[in-house]
Amino acid sequence: MSVDKETVAKIANLARIEVSDNELENTMGELNNILDWVEQLSEVNTDGIEAMTSVVAADLPLREDKITDGGYREEVIKNAPLAEHGFFAVPKVIE
Amino acid sequence: MRDLTKLTLSAARDALHKKDISAAELTEAHLRAIDDASELNAYIEVTADKAMDMAVGADKMINAGNAHGMTGIPIGIKDLYCTKGVHSQSSSHILDGFKPEYESTVTSNLWADGAVMLGKTNQDEFAMGSSNENSHYGPVKNPWRADKKNGDLSDKNTVPGGSSGGSAAAVAADTSIAATGTDTGGSIRQPASFTGLVGLKPTYGRCSRWGMIAFASSLDQAGPLTKTVRDAAIMMESMAGYDPKDSTSTNIPVPNYEAALTGDIRGLKVGIPREYRVDGMPNGIETLWSQGIDWLKDAGAEIIDISLPHTKYALPTYYIVAPAECSSNLARYDGVKYGLRVNGDSLDDMYKKTRAAGFGDEVKRRILIGTYVLSAGYYDAYYLKAQRVRTLIANDFKLAYEKCDVILTPTAPSAAFNLGEKVSDPLSMYLNDVFTVPASLAGLPGISVPAGLNSQGLPLGLQLIGQAFGEEQLLAVADVLECAAGFKAKPKKWWGDKS
Amino acid sequence: MSKLYPGATGNWEAVIGLEVHAQVISESKLFSGSATAFGAEPNTQVSFVCSAQPGMLPVINQECVRQAVRTGLAMGCQINLRSVFDRKNYFYADLPQGYQISQFKDPIVGEGIVNIELEDGSNKDIGVERLHLEQDAGKSMHDQHPTMTYVDLNRSGVALMEIVSKPEMSTPEEAAEYFKKIRSLVRYAGTCDGNMDQGSMRADVNVSVRRPGEELGTRTETKNVNSIRYVMQVVESEIRRQIDVIEDGGRINQETRLFEVATGTTRTMRSKEEAHDYRYFPDPDLLPLEFSQQFVDDLAKDMPELSDAKKKRFISDLHITPYNAGVLVAEKESADYFEALLSATVEKSEKPTSELGSLVSNWVTGDLFGALNKLGIGITSSPVSISHAAELLSLQIDGTISGRIAKEVFENMLESGKSPEIIVEEKGLKQVSDTGEIEAMIDEILANNVDKVEEYRGGKSKLFGFFVGQVMQKTQGKANPQVVNQLLKPKLDD
Repeated sequence: MSVDKETVAKIANLARIEVSDNELENTMGELNNILDWVEQLSEVNTDGIEAMTSVVAADLPLREDKITDGGYREEVIKNAPLAEHGFFAVPKVIE
Repeated sequence: MRDLTKLTLSAARDALHKKDISAAELTEAHLRAIDDASELNAYIEVTADKAMDMAVGADKMINAGNAHGMTGIPIGIKDLYCTKGVHSQSSSHILDGFKPEYESTVTSNLWADGAVMLGKTNQDEFAMGSSNENSHYGPVKNPWRADKKNGDLSDKNTVPGGSSGGSAAAVAADTSIAATGTDTGGSIRQPASFTGLVGLKPTYGRCSRWGMIAFASSLDQAGPLTKTVRDAAIMMESMAGYDPKDSTSTNIPVPNYEAALTGDIRGLKVGIPREYRVDGMPNGIETLWSQGIDWLKDAGAEIIDISLPHTKYALPTYYIVAPAECSSNLARYDGVKYGLRVNGDSLDDMYKKTRAAGFGDEVKRRILIGTYVLSAGYYDAYYLKAQRVRTLIANDFKLAYEKCDVILTPTAPSAAFNLGEKVSDPLSMYLNDVFTVPASLAGLPGISVPAGLNSQGLPLGLQLIGQAFGEEQLLAVADVLECAAGFKAKPKKWWGDKS
Repeated sequence: MSKLYPGATGNWEAVIGLEVHAQVISESKLFSGSATAFGAEPNTQVSFVCSAQPGMLPVINQECVRQAVRTGLAMGCQINLRSVFDRKNYFYADLPQGYQISQFKDPIVGEGIVNIELEDGSNKDIGVERLHLEQDAGKSMHDQHPTMTYVDLNRSGVALMEIVSKPEMSTPEEAAEYFKKIRSLVRYAGTCDGNMDQGSMRADVNVSVRRPGEELGTRTETKNVNSIRYVMQVVESEIRRQIDVIEDGGRINQETRLFEVATGTTRTMRSKEEAHDYRYFPDPDLLPLEFSQQFVDDLAKDMPELSDAKKKRFISDLHITPYNAGVLVAEKESADYFEALLSATVEKSEKPTSELGSLVSNWVTGDLFGALNKLGIGITSSPVSISHAAELLSLQIDGTISGRIAKEVFENMLESGKSPEIIVEEKGLKQVSDTGEIEAMIDEILANNVDKVEEYRGGKSKLFGFFVGQVMQKTQGKANPQVVNQLLKPKLDD
């Protein structure tokens, strides 16, 4: 399987990375090189093989339902590029 | 006055405990060495004042009789670890100015034991790379340079490996006694091999990932880069431990790793996987591997031929799984909560411009690959397939460990290559991890031990792969291997003050 | 046979499915220890984990797991002993991780059935497809600043249960009744407060139309509908709109729509609608969630009584009319109030429960609800406490006051907040049961109305009421009607 320019543009949009039209060609080539190379996995017979979900054989630890965190707004928004009145601020969204 | 920067961690510890030296003078010596070696670009941020404060605190601990193995030991911390109030950007532009309000569990463990932070070390951006050339802060230079035919040192720089290249260079150049690294597909072991150091990646789940800036969650593990196996054992004991804040960390006690270094491996079964003999592997590496086998045999180990049949599929599996996870892990870098923001005329435009400007080429490449392999219609063919092959790879190891106790392989298919040599060819860069990735995919511990120099005088490492949570055995064998190899070489100093 | 909607070109039928998002009742969030309480200052209930700071990791809240299982049990669903958390990847300002942790392929709860009752008295089973746990997003505020959207992450990471129905509803009423039923179930199970004003419960409404018996049509999804009435309006207007579009030769786009309260209709979302590709994959920061059947059984044992069972019990054990029982169980608070009042009244009057159910239910659904309606308040803010109400009913039961006086006392209680015993005492409303006193009164009345007595004895038995009225008038209603009857009858019939 290989990707065309349109697909690359679609992926870039899904990933929210601006790729200019003249970068598309180059990016497409790089991605196809990698995709061609990983294609060799199709040789492997994986019939009836479970997909790996976790390399550690352990139970998911469960937390007690207690308030143990939060309550430090200043620390939370301290690194924000733009914060106003205790909110994070982003360009206006129209729904 | 003796040069305190030449001390190993264990020697420094012994001297500190005996009060032959103070943590303050040990730290000062390393801060001076950092200044002197600034052209290596191993450190992104030097925290000199903090280091001196911590050293004073360490001396107090020692004087109060509360000294641990790491007390007063000055170390470098890979930028990927979140350190409170200190530069923590995983060497990325997109985290510009980010100073976390929290401290990673692993570094907290180290500070609790009295270790001293010298600064944050350079790395490949978000730990993606095998040469440390993918850093927003520029490449790191390996302290090791090749010998020319006439015996003079080449003036060409080599790479320190990656992604923990800054940590590796910092220790190799004696600007820190040890350093933390992280290993996703070989990011501790391969740089250790390229710089003549010991690099240990523990079992997945042994160290907490909390506060480590994620690359690929199912693979990332913290570990030490040190001058000796004993040093690695001491530092590992401090870093490791269960953390209720990391759901994938494992709740089993941390043993005394140093006590495992008995020097006795008689009767131990060492597996040699035939699939690791790859085409085009340099002679020097082949020879060194054979030597390693002989050393362990001489020490009383039994050598067993084993097969890990899915080895050749490990790299392509890794290059689907890791990008898939990274494409999701790196979605949070969107210009809203921290780091870089490039304004746009809408929210989406702001996202796209911020992420285009903030991520480097290799990171973008992997995000795009990861996005593609998870996208509708391709998930089964790529991601699901890869996770199935990953099961097969893990099964290979399980079967092998029915026959042997540890596995011996080369760490990397080459010695350090020249800066700039592979930047334009991502695939050839990926091939660097061919021997380290399989253990990563299976979550197994691996250690690289410096075992010799190649014909150009560059260091080469051998890798030992252990069983899950078999770090004690792994370190014991590594200790014997190190002893037999007797690797004592140091890079010839070409940087800073050459007197 | 589902309802048909006539169009210009023939009949249509509608296919409706609901995705109900119910906020789990828990102290802290699904994967972080921050508080979940409603109404806090922006970003004050936010941790480094729920603001997706670099290197932060999720740890699951066990109570949220229990709540999801309880809800599944309440809907009679299959509980999956192994489930997996996946990441749903998309970008939005109030989604700090850039993905929502949800469950995609392997949800914690599987199929079940919910029974709804319709206005005509008929019942219908609606299939539940699944219930899964997921994180809520934060809140975007678009109207606080001319060029900015403000983001508050207090809700970010709060546990939600998404309950997905099968597309088995075909009318607005069914959709509304189903939504109501789910709300009732989670409230009885104690897993969600059902408070739609605060966003604790909302529904995504999927609607499509087709010719009867034909293939499913293209559906639209109207997001975040937060009242039962709105659900009906969305379904009604979507059915109408879709029929009109198709009959005009148009096509229905599979799209996300917004409900406009002002017009009671839906509209396309203005934000660019792109093909969603959520790239679900198992969250590598979490392991699969596994628990034992014992864990489920223990939760099942401790399940509170749900509305259907309660209604049945009210009818069979307490002899309450099906109508009253239905009214009482409709809201958990009403049923709780009723049961508390019943047991307080039993205690006070020392009468058996089975004798009092009817009286108490009549009083709650009649007098009390009438008064609360007038005051425009709910039962939880009732000005009449359980103990006062029990006192009032006991006064009536033991004959201290008549039913009519009880109403008067109740009016007074609402105004003054005083206890009924005090009101009765102060106002001298105690029923006169002294037979001597009443007998004297009756004799006097009979003597003053000889003509009427004659008429009565002549066969005009209706006049009995007149004599009772006279006694009541004389006693200002305080005469015990039973005593009056007992004494009057033999005297008239003499």
